[in-house]
Amino acid sequence: MSTEFIIAAIITVVGLTTPILLAALGELVVEKAGVLNLGVEGMMLMGAICGFGATVSTFNPWIGILGAAAGGALSSMLFAVLVLELNSNQVATGLALTIFGTGLSSLIGLSYTGFIVPVFGSVFPASLANDPYLKVIFGYSPIVYFALAMVPIVGWFLKSTRSGMILRAVGENDLSAHSIGYSVKGVRYAAIAFGGAMAGIGGAYFSMVITPMWAEKMTAGRGWIALALVVFAGWRAGRLLVGAYFFGILMALELYAKASGFSFLPSQFWAAMPYLMTVIALSVISMRDRSGGNAPACLGKPFLPST
Amino acid sequence: MRIKLEKRPEPSTVMQFVTPVASVLLTMLIGVIVFDALGIKGGRAVTDIFLTPLLATYKWQDVAVKAAPLIIIALGLSIGNRAQIWNIGAEGQYIIGALAAAGVGIAAGGAGGGAIITLMILAGIVGGTLWAVVPAFLKTRLNVNETLTTLMLTYVALQVLGYLVGGPWKDPNGRNFPATAPLHADQTLPILFPGTTVHLGVAIALILPFVFWIIMSRSVFGYQIRVVGSAPDAARHGGFDAKQTIWLSLLIAGGMAGLAGALEFAGALKAINLGFPSGYGFTAIIVSFLGRLNPIGCLIAGIVLAVTYVGGQIAQTTVHIPNSTAGIFQAMMLFFILASDILIRYRVRFVASPKATPLPAAGE
Repeated sequence: MSTEFIIAAIITVVGLTTPILLAALGELVVEKAGVLNLGVEGMMLMGAICGFGATVSTFNPWIGILGAAAGGALSSMLFAVLVLELNSNQVATGLALTIFGTGLSSLIGLSYTGFIVPVFGSVFPASLANDPYLKVIFGYSPIVYFALAMVPIVGWFLKSTRSGMILRAVGENDLSAHSIGYSVKGVRYAAIAFGGAMAGIGGAYFSMVITPMWAEKMTAGRGWIALALVVFAGWRAGRLLVGAYFFGILMALELYAKASGFSFLPSQFWAAMPYLMTVIALSVISMRDRSGGNAPACLGKPFLPST
Repeated sequence: MRIKLEKRPEPSTVMQFVTPVASVLLTMLIGVIVFDALGIKGGRAVTDIFLTPLLATYKWQDVAVKAAPLIIIALGLSIGNRAQIWNIGAEGQYIIGALAAAGVGIAAGGAGGGAIITLMILAGIVGGTLWAVVPAFLKTRLNVNETLTTLMLTYVALQVLGYLVGGPWKDPNGRNFPATAPLHADQTLPILFPGTTVHLGVAIALILPFVFWIIMSRSVFGYQIRVVGSAPDAARHGGFDAKQTIWLSLLIAGGMAGLAGALEFAGALKAINLGFPSGYGFTAIIVSFLGRLNPIGCLIAGIVLAVTYVGGQIAQTTVHIPNSTAGIFQAMMLFFILASDILIRYRVRFVASPKATPLPAAGE
């Protein structure tokens, strides 16, 4: 294998990993607060179209990415109001959000088909970013570095800050957190909004970095991989990074098997692997610890204080 | 004046009926407003999506054919949902059911007729059931969350389909297009009305809700499901086995989804390609909620959702909106029905005093 091939492969894996890493980091925080939002795919698509639309209007991808975060966060609020104010079923509400986001993004996207947007400039000097070897480190879109930087930030937030501790308490035992005087709903609103914003940015990676243009359903089910990833990582930020790159490699193998007919295993095998691995990981986690390991105890359950 | 919610002593029966109807009407109203705001003729779009399929008699067969899988899947899901078992992998079970039926069809070669068709349908039921065995096993043995496993296995099923139709089962005469060979005429389901597309599956979808209704209201099993869902502690004291309930509700849901897949394949599409999974398994979740987990409700809700599918295609040509726009309406119906759940358990009171009494239902 030539160096060029390895560099190209690494760049492919990074590109495939970044959107799921972003969306999964957001969903990790949501789930740590005890909420299961299955609307990731819908929020990613809303982020993809909002980011794209904002870039078309302003010619500024930085404003575009803010638009993507806002689009994702705003659509997550639909879910938040239903789940937190009306105690609706989280699974059904999340699915509805995905169906809604898929449809609405297609509808909004009608007026944006055929546009191409300006892409991000490099954050590093061109001599580094365009170097045939060093580009493997310096040649990515700023979103890639943002995603990587968010891993330790989210990890540190959850583990070492007071707010992170409160968030975990809300996810582990909402009734106790409530009786101590923390605002369960407030924490969950914030977590869901953060999850929406991160999913939105992850979705925008498709419309603003990979292509850069808009196509219906362009996130192609990556929102579900992101959901799987959170579980696969056992709800830990560090493992999330490792898992994201592992899934990224599997997705790259799928593409490679599809493109080259490289056929000691069919492309579908690699495509199914993240999901199978997640089922296995879930089982192992549950086997090791009957209480569900690191899974937040209140995950998916409604918050019903008695008074 | 402010709005106050009071807990009802008993869930409101009236609201059980009013809320789904109100949800559909509200969805139509909001649809008109939102579409007008987006510069699309909202009135026309909503009329085409919700009413044209019902008013144009030649669209009825499309509605019937689309409603059949939705109703059948939703019937199975409603049982699990009643027992608080969240199978969201019906789409995968539906796919495997269709593949199992296709496998029988291929194995039968040139043979056809009633026996082969019956075998295909049974294979569909078995296939869907088997795909639900893993989540049921993991849930009962290791307490693994069934929502996550059923969802994950759906995406595995998608890849199984991709592999089979692109590889071993690919139609040799299909110009290298990843799809199975179309079923020959004596392997397809009988057509009920000559000259239409209305196949045997539609009749099954019309009969099953009544069968399920009798089972759920008259049998010990139906009682068990209702008790486990509404009062798990009482169910334990009453001697109902929680694990058995999990097994039954997941396997029945899987079997129904598999049946729907087999019927859709042998009755409507006759070949499986990469576009075969069209999200019926997910839409059926909406049907189940809109039908209030009631078998007859599922029948009606299945028709409503089928109307939006057919109407979405009409609106695609009349007001030039993407096909997936129907999804906006389907999701809105689910949002409203979930939001209105609270009206069943709580009574809305308008109180004069502006005193900041926290809403009980709002979770304070």
